[in-house]
Amino acid sequence: MKFESQQVAKPYFIFALILFAGQIIFGLLMGMQYINGDTLFPHIPFNVARMVHTNLLIVWLLFGFMGAAFYLIPEEAETELFSPKLAMITFWVFAAAGVATILGYLLVPYAELAHLTGNALWPTMGREFLEQPTITKLGIVVVVLAFIFNIGMTVLKGRKTVINLILVTGLIGLAVFFLFAFYNPTNLVLDKYFWWWVVHLWVEGVWELIMGAILAFVLIKVTGVDREYIEKWLYLIIALALISGLVGMGHHYYWIGPPAYWLWLGSFFSALEPIPFFMMMLYAFDVVRKRRINPNNKIATTWALGTATMAFLGAGVWGFLHTLAPVNYYTHGTQITAAHGHLAFFGAYAMIVMTIISYAMPILRGREDGNPPEAQKLERAAFWLMCISMMGITLALTVAGAWQVSLQRLPESGAMGFIDTQIQINPVYWTRLLFGSLFAFGLVLYFASFFVSGKTEGKTA
Amino acid sequence: MSERITKSMARNIYFGGSLFFFLFLIGLTVDTMIQLPERDNRDQITESVALGKEVWEHNNCIGCHSLMGEGAYYAPELANVFNRRGNSDEETFKRYLGVWMSIQPLQTPGRRKMPQFNLTEEEVNGLADFLIWTSRIDDNDWPPNIEG
Repeated sequence: MKFESQQVAKPYFIFALILFAGQIIFGLLMGMQYINGDTLFPHIPFNVARMVHTNLLIVWLLFGFMGAAFYLIPEEAETELFSPKLAMITFWVFAAAGVATILGYLLVPYAELAHLTGNALWPTMGREFLEQPTITKLGIVVVVLAFIFNIGMTVLKGRKTVINLILVTGLIGLAVFFLFAFYNPTNLVLDKYFWWWVVHLWVEGVWELIMGAILAFVLIKVTGVDREYIEKWLYLIIALALISGLVGMGHHYYWIGPPAYWLWLGSFFSALEPIPFFMMMLYAFDVVRKRRINPNNKIATTWALGTATMAFLGAGVWGFLHTLAPVNYYTHGTQITAAHGHLAFFGAYAMIVMTIISYAMPILRGREDGNPPEAQKLERAAFWLMCISMMGITLALTVAGAWQVSLQRLPESGAMGFIDTQIQINPVYWTRLLFGSLFAFGLVLYFASFFVSGKTEGKTA
Repeated sequence: MSERITKSMARNIYFGGSLFFFLFLIGLTVDTMIQLPERDNRDQITESVALGKEVWEHNNCIGCHSLMGEGAYYAPELANVFNRRGNSDEETFKRYLGVWMSIQPLQTPGRRKMPQFNLTEEEVNGLADFLIWTSRIDDNDWPPNIEG
């Protein structure tokens, strides 16, 4: 570790992983509810489990991004963090707000939560992924502003690298587009149109900048390849991400009210969205092939290559699968969407956070030379188990989706109803649950790898 | 290819490209906003429709259902439930919805369950009006058939 203040990243990473475990528990619960609707009903109805599952995902990824920023920004800027104290305050405020909100979801009926938090005064609740009470949303804004102020001041007083500038741009974009969460007009079409300015412009826009910057940082560290070369690739990748992704938002505007020209625009631009992910994969492998150093922390490189590959598959391939309007007409809002969502979020965002954790956590724990080989071996097993089982979940949901489309959507007359279709598909949901359980086992191994001690391979002087 | 592109060229593509396409997106959004009133029939948003949207949000309906294909995929699509269950007749639909909401949760073992939300008569009526208004949005003829 080059700067003492990088230590503040540690609680962010640890808390992110704890929330990740919570996310998986509720994912398993929903996997069971898909098969047997009586599971834990009425104590935890499906909508509550799903809200907890997706909200935990968003919050743990944000904790991961913040930890990543606190770790890499001082190192890139070659200066101590502006205020480690402020970083710890934002940690505790965000953690407390997050836990209180999740408990609110679980302990009181949602309508009661809306009432208690005065949602009628400024209604923002009850929309997918933006279910948080308005007061929590305001808290998120305060935390993110304090966070951006902290890292922004650090960048300003230190060395300005491309990685830092792109990471900060991505984080500012994240904050700015979140403001659309506060716009909830009575007109559902306007509500949906600008809801996507949070959701799409996050995950298919500014988050790609964040991912690109973190990946570039780790690649420089684990390969020793020339910064100029990596930064050039980073610019090209995020350029293509935004060029394709901004108007690519049109693929969400096909069937919610906006004019028909979005069918053409959305199809054309979102068909280009896999390109930056493909480039990211090519460049990650290219940079590793050109490596000049071979550090003992080998598993961090595996994560870096893994996230680039799985992001290409999940966001790129599975996104393209249903993005063209004539296809999407039949697949919109089916299990195909769920398949894409799972692989894309895991491959691009969950794995980039685990990449930086795999690189930085050993250093934060005083293991400058990486974890001991036994720990890395376990982490590698966890890596493969989680990747393979997430592929299994995705393939199962893809089959479920295709089956659903053929029964419920394709027939022009005599199509099967929703619930009857779901009963037909049930066997595939068992497969999904099986892979989900395997994923949970992989996560247990991953956690266990943090507790494996052993002698680190020392460098011979 | 990448050998011929320098870092400053890459940076210019990033700044120029993202600025251009962001402005393009803004332009398209302005045009969409001009066209929307024709397509969303906002003049028909009554107080009851507004109440219905509030009921929809306060009970997290989107956590199980989809509305115009967005939301969760655990329970049926509701943007065309007015046509499916109400036969596109307001009175039929309102009667249906009132009964349907009051008998939840259904007792069929293993079936996906909808909680009992204890809505007032006015709230159910608002919810129905909201769903009726939603069904009339011009959404480029989605979904493909009545089953949603």
